Amino acid sequence: MSHLIDRRENARGKSAVNRARFMRRYKAQIGAAVKKMVSERRLADMEKGGDVYVPRKDISEPAFGFGPGGDREIVLPGNRTFVAGDRIPRPDAGGGGGGSQAGHGDGEDAFVFSLSREEFMQVFFDDLELPNLARTALGRAERPTSVRAGYTTSGSPANLAVIRTLSQSLARRIALRSGIAEEALAIEAEFGLAVAAGQQKEAYDLYLELQRLLRRENALPFIEELDLRYRNRVVRPEPVARAAMFCLMDVSASMDEEKKDLAKRFFTLLYLFLTRKYREVDLVFIRHTDDAEEVDEDTFFHDPRTGGTIVLSALELAAAIHRERYLDGWNVYAAQASDGDAFGADSARSARFLREKVLPATRYYTYLELNSPHSPERPSALWVEYQVIAAGAANFAMRRASQRDQIYPVFHDLFKKDAQ
Amino acid sequence: MTALSHGADWDTSLLERYDAAIGEIAAEYTLDTYPNQIEIITSEQMLDAYATTGLPIGYPHWSFGKEFIRNEQAYRRGAQGLAYEIVINSNPCIAYLMEENTITTQALVIAHACYGHNSFFKGNHLFRQWTTPEAILDYLVFARHFVMECEDRHGEAAVEEILDACHALMPHGVDRYRRPPPLTLKAEEARLKDRQAYQERQFNDLWRTLPDKATTPAKRKGTFPPDPQENILYFVEKFSPKLEPWQRELVRIVRKLAQYFYPQGQTKVMNEGWAVFWHYTILNRLHEKGLVDDGFMLEFLKSHTNVMHQPGFDTQAFGGMNPYTLGFSIFADLKRICERPDDEDREWFPDVAGTDWRKTLDFAMRNYKDESFIGQYLSPRLIRELRLFALADHADEDELVVDSIHNEAGYRRLRKLLAEQHAQETRVPDVQIVRYDRDGDRSLELRHMGYRDRPLADAAGEVVKHLYRLWGFPVRLETWKDGTRVGRAVECPA
Repeated sequence: MSHLIDRRENARGKSAVNRARFMRRYKAQIGAAVKKMVSERRLADMEKGGDVYVPRKDISEPAFGFGPGGDREIVLPGNRTFVAGDRIPRPDAGGGGGGSQAGHGDGEDAFVFSLSREEFMQVFFDDLELPNLARTALGRAERPTSVRAGYTTSGSPANLAVIRTLSQSLARRIALRSGIAEEALAIEAEFGLAVAAGQQKEAYDLYLELQRLLRRENALPFIEELDLRYRNRVVRPEPVARAAMFCLMDVSASMDEEKKDLAKRFFTLLYLFLTRKYREVDLVFIRHTDDAEEVDEDTFFHDPRTGGTIVLSALELAAAIHRERYLDGWNVYAAQASDGDAFGADSARSARFLREKVLPATRYYTYLELNSPHSPERPSALWVEYQVIAAGAANFAMRRASQRDQIYPVFHDLFKKDAQ
Repeated sequence: MTALSHGADWDTSLLERYDAAIGEIAAEYTLDTYPNQIEIITSEQMLDAYATTGLPIGYPHWSFGKEFIRNEQAYRRGAQGLAYEIVINSNPCIAYLMEENTITTQALVIAHACYGHNSFFKGNHLFRQWTTPEAILDYLVFARHFVMECEDRHGEAAVEEILDACHALMPHGVDRYRRPPPLTLKAEEARLKDRQAYQERQFNDLWRTLPDKATTPAKRKGTFPPDPQENILYFVEKFSPKLEPWQRELVRIVRKLAQYFYPQGQTKVMNEGWAVFWHYTILNRLHEKGLVDDGFMLEFLKSHTNVMHQPGFDTQAFGGMNPYTLGFSIFADLKRICERPDDEDREWFPDVAGTDWRKTLDFAMRNYKDESFIGQYLSPRLIRELRLFALADHADEDELVVDSIHNEAGYRRLRKLLAEQHAQETRVPDVQIVRYDRDGDRSLELRHMGYRDRPLADAAGEVVKHLYRLWGFPVRLETWKDGTRVGRAVECPA
């Protein structure tokens, strides 16, 4: 006798918890794989999920087994030409493991699996944080937030407050029953008197009345629509912390394609990081040659434009935008990327402007200097000037990078949790 | 009779009718089965079931996640199709049918799993001896709850460490010669309570105040254990000096599961061969009775031949001997020997040739495992059909030598070699506990009994580390051959 059960409606994803455990256990390897992948990716693909390769030996589960060597025979199907006594050169791979013949190649060495876009970013920005955001003064901006607000008599079944509903039901039943009970007691007493007095007709009527009361009591429903209570939620505006991030990129002629690529990678990471971690972040994109302009993100990342270099122009524009839009109740952050190749007095003027006007108004300012990997490292004029500031300001950080694979470590360094 | 259905679509009532028709035929052939519980699931649920080796309930562990990811990835890339079915050795026997299957495939799966595998689980002596299908589901529930409770109490990391170590020793957590007492949920829980109660009784704060004994107790005589112990996990559970009671219980859970799976590893060829033989026989009978149309049969034969495909050793597709082909071929050949024996068969199988095939096959199914089954029933004709040959790989020779082929001189040798290839000792190295220094440094000594000079794989070092984690005192593994030690010992701590 068979029994047929349709389980298709049952919960799926029974393995989700085990998958999550796997990911957690190999977090380090997965993280490393993700970081490597990002440094090799094209800018446009930066945000996608992807296949992660984890070395197979890292995740193998050991057990006692036989290694290569020793004596063995192996029976195989499909003989065509061999006769007993034929000799065959040993295949190179495996040194005698007849069963595992060559042909598996690299695929066997790595354990591959896909991360969704969400998981990918999660791993990527796992331990990063925008510094100091917690201590921010709350601004005037408000965000509607849903909060609990007692109970209502109508709502969706998902919000049914079971305990409250049952206590209502209990109260109702007690209340309605008490009247009946009293009445029943009175009638019972009368019934007793009537019986004692021998008044049969009255006694019978009283008996019927008692039965009617009991029926009424039994008819009380356990739960009535009247009893239903639902958890209530109301939307209340809550003040939120708002942040503005200024992205300043040098696109002058001395910034060759390679350096621009590095800068764009840096800002792409920054952009992804901010838009994912914080909902309330305004991004301001400023690019400059000898003249600065505010652009949208698409132009910022994709438009090729070059010219001379005046860093000050960008700083001045940033300060102007700040005064205009983000003066009150905003937490301001800024990141600047440049090769530091500034004209004459620009460096000194920029540094002074930065120190006097910009830094006091920002919570954290990062400077990334991009050097050519081919030329020997020498500090640029801007770097020298900025170094003086770095020594005296806690909210200023600077790093340099010359290669793709340095971008993530630098970024990570600038924004790691508890970083100053 | 008219056909049960036309076309590929199905619904539950049609499945029921097919199941009834198939059950009727199975009864005609006197197949003895547990009651069936057929469950329809989606491909996602099938992937879930894969991850926990087919069991419907498993405790949480990362290795199942790894398995899940591996299967999911292979499935998504199209590198691997999903099995049509999974069947669980339980009573009632649970079989999963995937919703994507056509009615032909569902009928095939019902015949294959619900009557083929099912009767094998119920009839084969290994399953009868080593598993308790009535209790396995209860036990799995118990195991899952226990593991999760331990995680709550002691943290996931602590539980994981023990489970990792136990998994590494799982093949060595099996009693091979003694049947363990049957499991029941109640007995397990009662035993657990006893264990805890005992521990509570033993606790007496006064003991803390006693001064240390000046003299150590006299050494017990002789080595311990008196005989080598092959069930390493059992020994750990009973004698580990360091493990907490809950950790012992985890060891026990893994050990019980290993024991449950033990017969499956030894009857792969027979079990699959038996199931294929029966789906083939039953569906053909359905067709004979006119219950299915020709289209059904064509589709069935196509999937049947796919399952039966045995690529030659020199093709890209070769992945070892296909157990389905081998098992099915032997059973089908056995039937032929019973019904239409020739002179060769009479010479090779005098007891079998010309007997009632149903009785002969039933006897074979009940009383053998892969090794003895092949050794007993692989016929010369089948060796010729599969064109089997044996390659010898000797450590002292530079080249591989063709040991024997499908000729008069080679039949017996091939049969013996193929049987050996399916024996336990050629797959799992023989590692046993020989000494536990109870009164000394509490170290544990293991001995690998060498088999034809085959060395242990490098992973042995990792396994010994895992064992050290369970044992808490030094562990040492030596390889012995003919009464002398060979090679270097593996030790932890090194």
